[in-house]
Amino acid sequence: MRVVLGEDLTLLRDGLIRLLTAYDMEVVEAVDNGPALLHALVTHRPDVAVVDVRLPPTFTDEGLKAAIEARAQVPGLPVLVLSQHVEQLYARELLSGGHGGLGYLLKDRVSDVRRFIEAVRTVAGGGTAMDPEVVSQLLARRARDEPLRRLTPREREVLALMAEGRTNAGIAARLVVTEKAVSKHINNIFTKLDLYRGGDDNRRVLAVLTYLNI
Amino acid sequence: MSDGTSGFGRLSQLTIRTCVRGLVIAVLSVIPGIPLFIASVVSLPLLAVGIGVVPVPMSLLGVRRRASQQRRFALEWSRVSIATPYRPRPHEVSNGLIGRLQRCKWLLTDPATWRDLLWTLVNAPVGVALGALPAFLVSIGVWTVVADTGTLLFGWSDTAPRGFWLQVFLLSALLAGVLAGPRILKAHAQFSAALLAPTRKELDAQLGRLNESRSQVVDASAAELRRIERDLHDGAQARLVSLGMSIGLAEQVLRNDPDLALKLLAEARESSGQALTDLRHLVRGIHPPVLAERGLDGAVRALALTLPLPVDLRIELPGRPPAPVESAAYFAIAEVLANVVKHSAARSAWVQLEYSSQARLIAIIGDDGAGGAVPRIGGGLRGIERRLAAFDGVIAVTSPVGGPTVVTMELPCELSLART
Repeated sequence: MRVVLGEDLTLLRDGLIRLLTAYDMEVVEAVDNGPALLHALVTHRPDVAVVDVRLPPTFTDEGLKAAIEARAQVPGLPVLVLSQHVEQLYARELLSGGHGGLGYLLKDRVSDVRRFIEAVRTVAGGGTAMDPEVVSQLLARRARDEPLRRLTPREREVLALMAEGRTNAGIAARLVVTEKAVSKHINNIFTKLDLYRGGDDNRRVLAVLTYLNI
Repeated sequence: MSDGTSGFGRLSQLTIRTCVRGLVIAVLSVIPGIPLFIASVVSLPLLAVGIGVVPVPMSLLGVRRRASQQRRFALEWSRVSIATPYRPRPHEVSNGLIGRLQRCKWLLTDPATWRDLLWTLVNAPVGVALGALPAFLVSIGVWTVVADTGTLLFGWSDTAPRGFWLQVFLLSALLAGVLAGPRILKAHAQFSAALLAPTRKELDAQLGRLNESRSQVVDASAAELRRIERDLHDGAQARLVSLGMSIGLAEQVLRNDPDLALKLLAEARESSGQALTDLRHLVRGIHPPVLAERGLDGAVRALALTLPLPVDLRIELPGRPPAPVESAAYFAIAEVLANVVKHSAARSAWVQLEYSSQARLIAIIGDDGAGGAVPRIGGGLRGIERRLAAFDGVIAVTSPVGGPTVVTMELPCELSLART
């Protein structure tokens, strides 16, 4: 799997290269600023890009802008965005640029190596991985809404895990229940929220995010 | 010769301008000057019988506006700078009777009000005399020249013959009007300054207020630093210590008890995650990253998205305010919106953010909630007030019982060009 990395802090850049390489990914280019990132993304067209939001030269949201611009030029280019803080505003901007192949995670999540690699692979495969913090903010924000009140606490848990891009098996493992129980919960959620039943995980996540009005 | 012509043209242009300005001063000295003075003097005794609470502030504020107008004229036309002497407006608890009484007290106890009133009286004759003088001098001179030229060329005979000295006198009046006109207006400006400028005592009082607000700001930022220190000490630092301990222990037992080592390492990872969460919250409280990345516009949009009620946004900022103003405005808006969520039981809210032509950043926050918000001592609104005061900003709250609540903030500032 070919990866382009955009991260300006040497310590984190080297760490990420080591981590990705250890899981048989090839970092074809690692850059430390916005313009170089955009160039690298458009020329290499990697299987997945791992991008820090804040990059030189402005130290604002250069990385995010480069990612959005690259996805405008190369539709569907898988990008996993990392940041020290998550904003729904940014999640919304990322998602408005096209479907799938999209991740938005706190940098902290890197420390759970296995899950982080899983997220990189999900995004590379065209899936969606939203940070639990984005999802929980969304759920809190929409908590007053009628349809969400109809969900049981367990169903809300399942909904949150779905929005993070977890598979049924992943959700079952997390909640220590059977996969069959998970799919039952999911059916209930779809019925209560009037969502269509998607075929694959990605469409499922998008349905959830659309519902949550991200 | 064209130089001479344009020189003459410029001189006559300047003269006409001076004459017009003088006449404006003369007319305004009488109307509204005299009616305002009479209204004030007549309404003051009415206070004794209670009905004065309505006309007194109205007429005195009218006098104040007239005086402020003259301060502007003095600065713009004669470069005589007259500082504003008024005491700051108190916070009115209501628009009802108590609010009116507060307004009366604020106006009547300010010595500047009485000097304004005295100026309005004295200025009626002085303003007319000095204001009309340049126009008078110039017009009699011009009239002489026109009449004499007419007599000479066309044999007009309706003008009485004048003696030589009268002729000289009238022509020198023209010269005086042209040359001394601006100085006459300046004399009027200086006369006004004598009554309208703050006295030494008032300047001292202003200085006192500035010192007070400065020390409040210094206190507030010292308290803020103490809070940050404590948060770091009890939060992230403590967690990093525990992280180090877990890793150290894992190192010790790695060979003998790999299972325990794994458990310790998992704990260490958890601690690092917690430390990062603590730091993230702390950073958000100091300076939200989205504010640094997107400015006030983006930060308010991001904030609105995280609230549990719909917030309608109308943001029109042609550039970015200076960073400290941006930060003060952001936290003020965030505090107001937090109050909306906590106390108002509102179903929706709105935020309007714009930059006025008077170089002010204006934020208006409203909701459709229950109203009845009262700024309490030590409450959030007072905190915002102090924070804004450091930038000469002000906040006004209207919140009748039953709603809606509208909070308006104004912060004087310059905008830098919007970044692309």
